[in-house]
Amino acid sequence: MKVKTISRLESDYVATRSGDLNRMPRNADPALHPFERAREYTRALNATKLDKVFAKPFVRSLSGHSDGIYTMARSRTAVCDFVSGAGDGEIRYWDLSTGICKWAIPAHQGMVKGTGFAAGGDVIVSAGSDSTIKLWEAESSCNFAMGEVPEPLHTYVSKSPVLDMDCHWSEPMFATGGTSIDVWHHERSKPLQTMQWGLDTNGSIKFHPIEKHLLASTCDDRAIVLHDTRAGTPVRKVVLNMRSNCLSWNPMEAMNIVAANEDHNLYTFDIRKMDSAMNVHKDFVAAVMAVDFAPTGREFVAGSYDRTIRIFKYNAGHSREVYFNRRMQRIFSVQFSGDAKWVLSGSDEGNVRLWKANASDSVGTMLPREKRSKEYRDKLKERYAHMPEIRRIARHRSLPRAITKATRIKREIKDASKKREDNRRRHSKPGSVPFEKERKKKNCYNYGMIVRQNQECLSNCTTWGWLFCWRSSWNSDLVMLLWFTVLITYGLSI
Amino acid sequence: FIFNQNKWQNPCNPICRRAANRTSSIFFRVWSACSMDSSEPGQSDMPRSETASAGMKRKLDVEKFTRGSKISAKGVTDKKARTLIKKQEKKFRDAAMRAAKAEVLKTEDYGYLEADENERTVRFSQKQLHEHVDENTRQKMFSLNLPELGPYKMKYTRNGRHALLGGLMGHLAAFDWHQSELSFELQLRETLRDVTWLHDHTMLATAQRKHVYIYDSSGIEIHCLRNHIEVNKLDFLPYHFLLVSIGNAGVIKFQDTSTGDLVAEHKTKLGRCSVMRQNPHNAVMLTGHNNGVVNMWSPSMSTPLVRMLTHKGALTSLAIDNTGNYLVTSGVDKQMTIWDVRTFKPMHSYILKRPATDVDISQRGLLSVGFGTHVEVWKDALQTKVKEPYMSHHFSDGTHVSGIRFCPFEDVLGVGHSKGVDSIVIPGSGEANFDAMEANPFETNKQRREVEIRSLLEKLKPEMIGLNDFIATADRAPAEVIAEERRLAKEANSARKPVSCLDVISSYSL
Repeated sequence: MKVKTISRLESDYVATRSGDLNRMPRNADPALHPFERAREYTRALNATKLDKVFAKPFVRSLSGHSDGIYTMARSRTAVCDFVSGAGDGEIRYWDLSTGICKWAIPAHQGMVKGTGFAAGGDVIVSAGSDSTIKLWEAESSCNFAMGEVPEPLHTYVSKSPVLDMDCHWSEPMFATGGTSIDVWHHERSKPLQTMQWGLDTNGSIKFHPIEKHLLASTCDDRAIVLHDTRAGTPVRKVVLNMRSNCLSWNPMEAMNIVAANEDHNLYTFDIRKMDSAMNVHKDFVAAVMAVDFAPTGREFVAGSYDRTIRIFKYNAGHSREVYFNRRMQRIFSVQFSGDAKWVLSGSDEGNVRLWKANASDSVGTMLPREKRSKEYRDKLKERYAHMPEIRRIARHRSLPRAITKATRIKREIKDASKKREDNRRRHSKPGSVPFEKERKKKNCYNYGMIVRQNQECLSNCTTWGWLFCWRSSWNSDLVMLLWFTVLITYGLSI
Repeated sequence: FIFNQNKWQNPCNPICRRAANRTSSIFFRVWSACSMDSSEPGQSDMPRSETASAGMKRKLDVEKFTRGSKISAKGVTDKKARTLIKKQEKKFRDAAMRAAKAEVLKTEDYGYLEADENERTVRFSQKQLHEHVDENTRQKMFSLNLPELGPYKMKYTRNGRHALLGGLMGHLAAFDWHQSELSFELQLRETLRDVTWLHDHTMLATAQRKHVYIYDSSGIEIHCLRNHIEVNKLDFLPYHFLLVSIGNAGVIKFQDTSTGDLVAEHKTKLGRCSVMRQNPHNAVMLTGHNNGVVNMWSPSMSTPLVRMLTHKGALTSLAIDNTGNYLVTSGVDKQMTIWDVRTFKPMHSYILKRPATDVDISQRGLLSVGFGTHVEVWKDALQTKVKEPYMSHHFSDGTHVSGIRFCPFEDVLGVGHSKGVDSIVIPGSGEANFDAMEANPFETNKQRREVEIRSLLEKLKPEMIGLNDFIATADRAPAEVIAEERRLAKEANSARKPVSCLDVISSYSL
């Protein structure tokens, strides 16, 4: 006979000497692993619950300012450097890792309207409503403890009150917005270029991080305007239904920009095709005051007048996270940190608050085993995210009653209009009331700019093309420009 | 000479077929020559070394790891959903391939017993086997002579490390049978009808004269479960931490041993029941009754999920294999029938000399039957009808078999009989390669504690027990049915008098 039986040596499996490991042999045969899905689901449920248990997003509050904070900027080269400007004209330079204020300078007579780090990270630019823009040394050798106040490296005087300021990403330049957009150079006391479209003030300015010659600004005529510093003129205008308060370029996708609007929404536009918003981000119940993209380009944070900040995924219609604090009042500026892990909010009660971008992440480095385990749990949560129990727990946020009530009212309004539309559809000829996609709804009007002086702009598109992209109305500006195109097609000069 | 590559790759091409009959080694070198009789096109593309080892290339059993058929993205109109489905299917396929490739890491081989030309394996006795096996296996063949305290039942823990024996007259003992270390031994001085291990070797449950008791690994009585009265059979669902009992009252009770709740009790209304077993694949409890009916129970439904008429007369024992495909039942009509549990259809039946006292199926699908003074082990008896058993073991002086269980991960069968307990070796019965994360026969104390905590955290809810794996699958019921169920649940939750959640659950149709 031939016989063989299972005969395992204990020494093969159990550690005999002190340095040995206990062997953990694996067998992937499904027969040895019953109830796979049920166990995975239970693990996903536990992971979701633990997330909620460990969700402690608020880290610290950077206090020191005595007036509301209306502008903040992070250094584009260092993660821990941060400057904030308040309504009483004071700017403070912070170290985010410790929360210590490195220095505080009473920079302006009026409100500080814009702050930023110049390219290189050594110089801080601040612009105030007293029409001045000042450059300060970041690592100032001044003795602040003794009460010394440093002198600005340079001061620029603008013709009109400055409403916002942004620094160029690579050149020693910055742009200010007021009645017109002025592009300044550090070495020149007068602006290099002045750009204007219409007579409306420009509220918020943002230089493009990738196409560094592009500049976007918001106008009081409810528009977002794109300017080109190479041409020295504005190029494109998108008019929305309500005014936009802030803009942010997607640092990873060069053509996308998100605008924080007064109508409680944020709109993402693709600048190549601006006839409708690419995405509408809804969740706020009051005007959205500030928005900033994460350096990864995958998320952005927005702060609103309703005292909350929300983190949205770049292509999602609703927020993935909402932070609020009883002490935090109306938020006027937000920033995403340079390592995409933290979020800063500046509100009008004078505090800058530091929050975690992912509420249940632990601070500090994770060991590799911990990291793998976390990756597994995250994947499980993603896989079972549609299950009702898990969805209910993951979605749950406790918010102030005002916000939940306002959200409920909004939903009722939306449901009512939807119901009305459904009724209309049911009682009309099938197909006569089409389904309108939220994003495709006409929420903006696109305008292109004809430049008489600069023929390069014209040659890139057909004149008929320009005509088609205009909205027909009896606005006098448009009529003039229409006349210009007609003349140009016929080769006549004016 | 230019030959059409496509022609060679077409298997129906007569030239290809002719070429396939020739050996590759002769024609490998002349493939580039202008000859119609060149070698197989596929092999001509392979490098030399690969053709030489082509014969040694093992066939990967990928289908075992695919867990179902492929989902096609055919009817899906949404582009994003379509790409998602395709990506996921590719991922699953890759994972199955990698799992199949990882099978080479398995170190142990399965056991086997092969007879020479004029011998039959059924004729081999344990004494003969004793001479041919190694020392390690010899130590696994032992016999405990315990003539006084009645017919014994032998149960193993999930990792096959510890054994528990319970004699009908009240003898209870637990020992680590690998090391031959006795954990504890008790004389209870009352009838002991059944014993079972709980999740670990640290806790066990006994069905004594009146109630069910839970003991510690050192023999200390921890709990007396007064809800369970005159219990005949006990079983433990390891992933749900449910202790299941059935007795003379014919009421099946599910007790959660982690929280101590009595989760469910269902009246079978078929009188005294002493045959009960769990389906290890889906945790459904099967009970065999005196009218030949097998019922399948889940804690969430007060009526059985399935009712099967299996025998003419009462059932004596039943067993289910660990993949949940085959059910073996035996009755007083001396028949032993094998059923396909998925379709509830009988496959084949065997006629025994006496009604079987106990039946068990090993991890590798070996079927053992204990009847009278014999134990027979049948190989490949589940899928096909086999002429004769694989092995058999006989007892002398009227010692009758009372309980048999295969030891997990070992080639061992524990036989409890009226004069004690025997451990016999059945080569090829156990799974050779265990998964240490599931059940580890060599676990240290630290590992045992970690596993206990982890399994408590991952404890499945009793509502998840059902015939099919329905977790995270789409609810196919019509919208009206779902709305009706939701309305009922809402009503029950807002009712004035306290209503147990099980009433709500039992109103659902599964």
